[in-house]
Amino acid sequence: MKKVPQQIIPLAIIFIVAIAALVTARHFFVPETFGDYGHYRAASVDEIASQEVVYAGSIICNDCHDDIYETKMNFDHRGVSCEVCHGPAMAHTEEPDEYTPRIPRIRNQCTICHGYNSARPSGFPQVVEEVHNPGRPCLECHNPHKPLLPRAPQACDACHREIALQKAVSHHTSLECKTCHDAPPDHMSNPRFARAQKPTSRALCGKCHDTEADVSRGIPRIKLATHNENYLCWDCHYPHHPEAR
Amino acid sequence: MEQDKPKIQRRDFLRSCFKKLPVLVSAAYIISPDELLASASDDYNPDEHNYAMGISIHKCIGCGRCADACKTENKVPRDEHFFRTWIERYIIPPDGEAEVDSPNGGIDGFPKADEKKEILRTYFVPKLCNHCENPPCVQVCPVGATYTSRDGVVLVDSSYCVGCRYCIQACPYGARYLHPETHTADKCTFCYHRIVKGMRPACVEVCPTQARVFGEIGKRNSPLHRFIRFNDTIVLKQWLNTKPKVYYSGADGEVR
Repeated sequence: MKKVPQQIIPLAIIFIVAIAALVTARHFFVPETFGDYGHYRAASVDEIASQEVVYAGSIICNDCHDDIYETKMNFDHRGVSCEVCHGPAMAHTEEPDEYTPRIPRIRNQCTICHGYNSARPSGFPQVVEEVHNPGRPCLECHNPHKPLLPRAPQACDACHREIALQKAVSHHTSLECKTCHDAPPDHMSNPRFARAQKPTSRALCGKCHDTEADVSRGIPRIKLATHNENYLCWDCHYPHHPEAR
Repeated sequence: MEQDKPKIQRRDFLRSCFKKLPVLVSAAYIISPDELLASASDDYNPDEHNYAMGISIHKCIGCGRCADACKTENKVPRDEHFFRTWIERYIIPPDGEAEVDSPNGGIDGFPKADEKKEILRTYFVPKLCNHCENPPCVQVCPVGATYTSRDGVVLVDSSYCVGCRYCIQACPYGARYLHPETHTADKCTFCYHRIVKGMRPACVEVCPTQARVFGEIGKRNSPLHRFIRFNDTIVLKQWLNTKPKVYYSGADGEVR
């Protein structure tokens, strides 16, 4: 029998130890499911898949709120998922009493989509926030589940749109036109002949703005008797203007 | 030649059928439809799916609900720099370079465009991980922490990622970020935890104008299939040959 060279034995031992070390190291360092489907840890797919769901999806809302769902499906917000406005609702579907989704009543909620921005597609309904009934919540006039124009332009703003828009942002926004203007009943059908009246006296403004007037304290006051008594109020102050001073 | 008599007479066959009828009916009741549905979702087979997304630029209104919902759903830090999906606004002047901005990913809306400058076109472009078929981020990952799952979604194994940022560098779409708490790479997963349950990704769920379409490639009943058939779609940076799976319709040459 041929003799094994002397150097082979220690070399073989070193090799065997090295290989054993490598195998043990691999056992500890390579994660368990690594390489089951590819060069990755297969268990991580399940870990990612088991993450918590936060948004429930609007179909499930239909189970309880079918009346709202029915309404919504017939109008322009049919494609808008409930959770767009009401926020994530998975917790609510699991414990309806414990967690309630928000009911946004603020103006900003609607302008997220409907505020004017030039990059939005033309044809998408947009309003210029600053002049569209500022300060009022949208819900006052519009029902978000049934979004329609609240009313066609009517009464004065059908013809006097410029003035109506300007008045809407002025301090006089809450006043009706007829507070100051007298219009005969057939002014609407025959405006050229049955003309509406403009105020003629300083006393009309004085009803609210005189120091003697019996109105809310927030209204700016003036001593009517001595304040530029030779002029009419609207010679200097334009009452429809936003900064009527 | 005399014909052999059949082994079972018709009369006997019918009689035995009627005897077994109650057993069949009761069996149908024992397996309720709920159980059938439950077993269907347990039998989720990733090899049968190949997910992709379509985005219609003409429909996007830049409301940022997608970016917001994504942060909520996936617990992405509410910081300016971390997004799995975000919206960019393109403002294209009559001559010269397009301006692109994305203040806080579009979540808080976009400021008014500069009115002094002339604008030729302007529109919003939602962006996210393109889940490339040929993903550079997977190629460069030194430890195999980012990979393409069997259903065609590019995922990150955050417990295995070493945070070397190589994939962030490699992604031509800027779709990745380093998570500030875990210090591992993070990105869009198409809401993997939702789609395996048959739900839509959160961004698609909340998109009020259906600008985003989620579906599967090569399935005719998928909404994405219809989207691609009826629209001229492009993918971003097609020349890089990464084969992205986010299809944009209505995008012009300026979108990149």
